[in-house]
Amino acid sequence: MIHIFATQWPLLLEGLGRTLLCSIIALFFSLIIGSLFAIFEIMPNKIMRVIGNIYVEVFRNIPLLVITMFFFVVIPLYVTKINGFTAGTIGLTIYTSAFIAETVRSGIQSVDPGQMEGAMSNGLTFWQSMRYVVLPQAFKIVIPPLGNQFINLVKNSSVLAFVAGFDLMYQGNMIANNTLQTMPTFFVVGILYLVITMPLSYYMRYLEKKLA
Amino acid sequence: MKKLTRFMGLFSALALLLILMTSCGSNSALSKRDVLQADKESNTITWGVKADTKLFGLMNVKTNQVEGFEIDLAKAMTKEILGKNGKAIFVPVTSQTRVPLLRNGNIDAIMATMTITPDRAKQVDFTRSYFNAGQAILVKKGSPIKSVKDLDKSGSVVLGVTGSNSVENIAKYAPKARVLQLSDYAQALTALKSGQGQALTTDNGILYGMSVENPGYTVVGGSFTKEPYGIAVNKGQDKFRHRLNKALTTLEKNGTYNRILKKWFGNVQGFNYEEMKR
Amino acid sequence: MQNFIDAYSWINIRYLLQGLWVTVEVSVASIILSYIFGTILGIIRYANIKYVSAIVGFIIDLIRNLPLLLIIFFTYFGLPNLGFKPAIIEAAILAMTVFESMMIAEIVRSGIVAVDSGQMEGALSNGLSYWQGLRIVILPQAMKNMIPALVSQFISLVKDTSLATIIVLPEMMYHAQIIYGQNTNYIIPMFIALAVLYFIVCYALSLLAKYLDKRMSYR
Repeated sequence: MIHIFATQWPLLLEGLGRTLLCSIIALFFSLIIGSLFAIFEIMPNKIMRVIGNIYVEVFRNIPLLVITMFFFVVIPLYVTKINGFTAGTIGLTIYTSAFIAETVRSGIQSVDPGQMEGAMSNGLTFWQSMRYVVLPQAFKIVIPPLGNQFINLVKNSSVLAFVAGFDLMYQGNMIANNTLQTMPTFFVVGILYLVITMPLSYYMRYLEKKLA
Repeated sequence: MKKLTRFMGLFSALALLLILMTSCGSNSALSKRDVLQADKESNTITWGVKADTKLFGLMNVKTNQVEGFEIDLAKAMTKEILGKNGKAIFVPVTSQTRVPLLRNGNIDAIMATMTITPDRAKQVDFTRSYFNAGQAILVKKGSPIKSVKDLDKSGSVVLGVTGSNSVENIAKYAPKARVLQLSDYAQALTALKSGQGQALTTDNGILYGMSVENPGYTVVGGSFTKEPYGIAVNKGQDKFRHRLNKALTTLEKNGTYNRILKKWFGNVQGFNYEEMKR
Repeated sequence: MQNFIDAYSWINIRYLLQGLWVTVEVSVASIILSYIFGTILGIIRYANIKYVSAIVGFIIDLIRNLPLLLIIFFTYFGLPNLGFKPAIIEAAILAMTVFESMMIAEIVRSGIVAVDSGQMEGALSNGLSYWQGLRIVILPQAMKNMIPALVSQFISLVKDTSLATIIVLPEMMYHAQIIYGQNTNYIIPMFIALAVLYFIVCYALSLLAKYLDKRMSYR
């Protein structure tokens, strides 16, 4: 195992970097898109609610690999050329944003509806009361499940391996096939994933305690 | 103090992982077992075969049976070794799973389009080659790429399949090209169609199969490597390996080999099966 | 267009549905098992039992932070080294259960934490024991809050069974690969079929959950 790391570290570190980069980009955008659709889902406007619902249900219920393959093979055929890394990151963002939307929505709804009414009767608009009154409280509730989603996101980024995104899993596959040291290679890959996800989960725990 | 215990816990768990890991891979009990003897007693040979590769080993969706050149050859070899009532069991494998499955003893032998290479020969033992494939490239009709040499420039992208050694060969014959590995042939071909790369590379038999289905695509430049497929067995199973070699020789001599070859490759356009006869 | 018509022949669809059946089998078994084990582990982690909670907590964090793909791999290829050789479907259910139990344990734990700590004090001062308080007062409230997160997790589980393709479990994704192995032109039709079939299964699951959620809110 040490041998695998000693001889293959350039590939592994490149993979780790790609995984990290893709996760950060996808995290950033899926948080924004997810929160947006969560708010759509609970807006008074019915059309917006329907749009929010469709988005969430569609992308939450189909496999990530299918979404990613769509961007990798169908978009280049008809729209524009994109590489595996980009296709994977877009797929990951869309998929995760649907899960985040669902988490944030349930967080918002668990805030007492009286709070919203109170804020609006005090002259705040829907968006203002959302921003200053409801969201800060909802955020506290959704931190643990969101943490779960972030960790899922990092692990799901291994879908890039299927579209030649040169991520950690892709490099792991390649090394395993070149050296035929399958188990040791995947142990190294596992430890490298833990390097990203473990601190994340401990930080989430800390945040959760601090906010409680 | 609490933090310290936690830290110690983490370390001991990592140590445990390491121990678990080192126990993987070396499997002394299995390597001592005589596979040939065990197979004779049970009257079965368990083969690891491809289930997703046209002509070689492909699951028939109607009958739920694997069919192909390798399957027929494995059946014939089983009968040759164990007699008329010998049974061949087929376990579908992928390039990723075939070696671990062999090492764990789930399968006795691998016959799954596996090229004999020096690197692989360090991990498993191979029989004599039972099929001489060669690597080639598939491109869109009218493409400026006429052979693998045309791919040797920066900016060209070649598509391959994870776990095949054709990817390593590209690094040899067209070192400037970038290689993208996809998880199966259909995905690689679809990526070629959507312009993710200029050429798809793998063994010629598989490529000819693709060009028949997709008339807009063609194999160019002939084969540029020799890819002898071998049957892989565990290290230390010399008796079994010799017996497999002997069975192969018998089948080549009595015409069974050529019959099976003709059945699967006789009608493949562009593939000269007469040349492959033994 | 012809590709779509050919790809959706009854024989192919039937094969795909056979795969769907395996997907459902593995999912149902894993959902039931991981719900049971996950709840137990989550409570143990929350309950602050000396040493036990810390160790369980560490194992939960370790496993849930690894990609499932690796856990499937280790289960199928690592266990024979320890003298236990599971069949493919057993290995798949085992790997899914181990992984999903850890995910659910974390959801259960954070669900319990989110219930106001005053509730427990109230229960204790009313003469209930710690475990009674947990069972009668805390858990019912926590379970209700957890439903959306649990459902998300179960939906992930159903789709994650597709990762067992790597050990050649004959589930829906693997069967789709076999079908487009027959003719590479079937790949896009097959991916669309996969999207539709997974959607139907998962959406049914989330509708069921919404129904349960509503029923619980009325109480």
